[in-house]
Amino acid sequence: MTKVIVQGKAKGLVLKTHNPINFLGAIDNKTGIVHDQKYDIFEKSVKNSVLVFPHGIGSSVGAYTIYSLKVNGNAPIAMICQKADLTVASGCALADIPMLVVTPEKFNSIENGKEMQIDTKSTEIIN
Amino acid sequence: LELTKEEQEALDGEMGETLQTAYRILLATGEATNAEKLIPIKWAHLSGVNYNTIGDAGEEFLRKISKDAQVKVKATVNPMGVDFDHISEFNHIDDEFIEKQKSIRDSYIRMGVEPTFSCTPYDIFDLPEKDTQVSFAESNAAIFANSLGGLKTNKESAFSALASALTGKSPYSDFRKDETNIPMTIRMKLEHPNELDFGLLGFFAGKVGDTAVNISGVSQPNRRSCKALCGGMGTSGTCAKFQFTDVENDTSEKVDFGKEEMNKIYDELNTSDKGDIITLGSPQLGLGELSDLSNMLKGKSFQKRCMIFCSRAVQNQARNLDYTKEIERAGGEILSDCCTCLTPLIDTNETDSVTTNSVKGAYYLKNSTGVDVNLKSLSKIIEEDTK
Repeated sequence: MTKVIVQGKAKGLVLKTHNPINFLGAIDNKTGIVHDQKYDIFEKSVKNSVLVFPHGIGSSVGAYTIYSLKVNGNAPIAMICQKADLTVASGCALADIPMLVVTPEKFNSIENGKEMQIDTKSTEIIN
Repeated sequence: LELTKEEQEALDGEMGETLQTAYRILLATGEATNAEKLIPIKWAHLSGVNYNTIGDAGEEFLRKISKDAQVKVKATVNPMGVDFDHISEFNHIDDEFIEKQKSIRDSYIRMGVEPTFSCTPYDIFDLPEKDTQVSFAESNAAIFANSLGGLKTNKESAFSALASALTGKSPYSDFRKDETNIPMTIRMKLEHPNELDFGLLGFFAGKVGDTAVNISGVSQPNRRSCKALCGGMGTSGTCAKFQFTDVENDTSEKVDFGKEEMNKIYDELNTSDKGDIITLGSPQLGLGELSDLSNMLKGKSFQKRCMIFCSRAVQNQARNLDYTKEIERAGGEILSDCCTCLTPLIDTNETDSVTTNSVKGAYYLKNSTGVDVNLKSLSKIIEEDTK
């Protein structure tokens, strides 16, 4: 079952990683580019993407990174995780970025680069 | 998540924009933790104080909300980027950093927080009674509070702890309840582990564990090792609690931490065989650690620059007890209100590599400050880098 953590509507291309994200250490909020080479989305930009990743890890200040990405115009338009964590949930709440938690099956079925539409008020949340 | 009438009104904006924002955050974190209601908390420890970590967007946000926001419960704060008492000794730090850092400091003070600027609130204050609900954002402090302090907190985020400070509430997550079913036991296989080994164990446990882990095979580590364990664990994952246990016949999944596992983590974090400077403290050093350090340094001097980070409160106590004398005579620079992690005090134009015994420090030195790291234990630092 898909669970809504932060409400909203978005449409964009999926950027998917299998690495849990430490937003503070891994993403440059001035550019939106992943600058930690240990990530499989190294050098990719999260800007305007539907960012799909297992869950957030590490620094609690990563919530500010998410907010800064938004203020700087480099944020993902939505986030989809397999497990909710407080850093990503609270960062998305303040930055007004729709956020969902999906089942492992759904997570595995999401393809990188595909267009996705999200509407948390609709009966089909993900299209 | 069920809100009371009053909470719902605050969420609808009837009590002003700041509280509305706070309740929006609590609603999201409540959903994220499957909580059914909000409960009162007694103490919030906030992260998001260093300008290097929260940037212009964070500075502006805090300046805006601090115009009318006031904390409702005891609130303490994480380190800033710098020690303003020593700022004139660090010429490379630009005026913009100083101005923005002061603005952030002043915003927190305006909101009524205690200006502790420390990642080790457990070294400064007596902890409240067992099972008290708190909201600690700093990951090492949250893990310490749950695992060694007998308190209850989620591994809060900067915003969820701020929302808790402003409302006095937090979602009643499963983690805050009494039942503890810990699904994994890490078997410590290293003999005579030092604080670096405990830091590496923590980093490993954070990677493989979920929200809590058992650790077996460990006998009464000292405080320095316990803090290193908390720091390492908080850096690498979502784990918010550990429990030392020697029960091995339970049903939890067993994972070994031996030489091989340790070397793998070490090689991930250690990128240099020497450091241009030394830093001690992430987490910031406590009074006992400064006392130990002053004893270890008797008759010795650092052969390179060594920055030693501790909280202002601990520094003042150490000065009264004369622990600082031997450390400063040996060339150590004692700095407060800041920490190894993301401090601009390390001049990257002059410093290519840093020696530290902190696993947490190593991660952020490499990934955020952008310098190479030479990771070794305190006793090895004293042996190799002092004369």
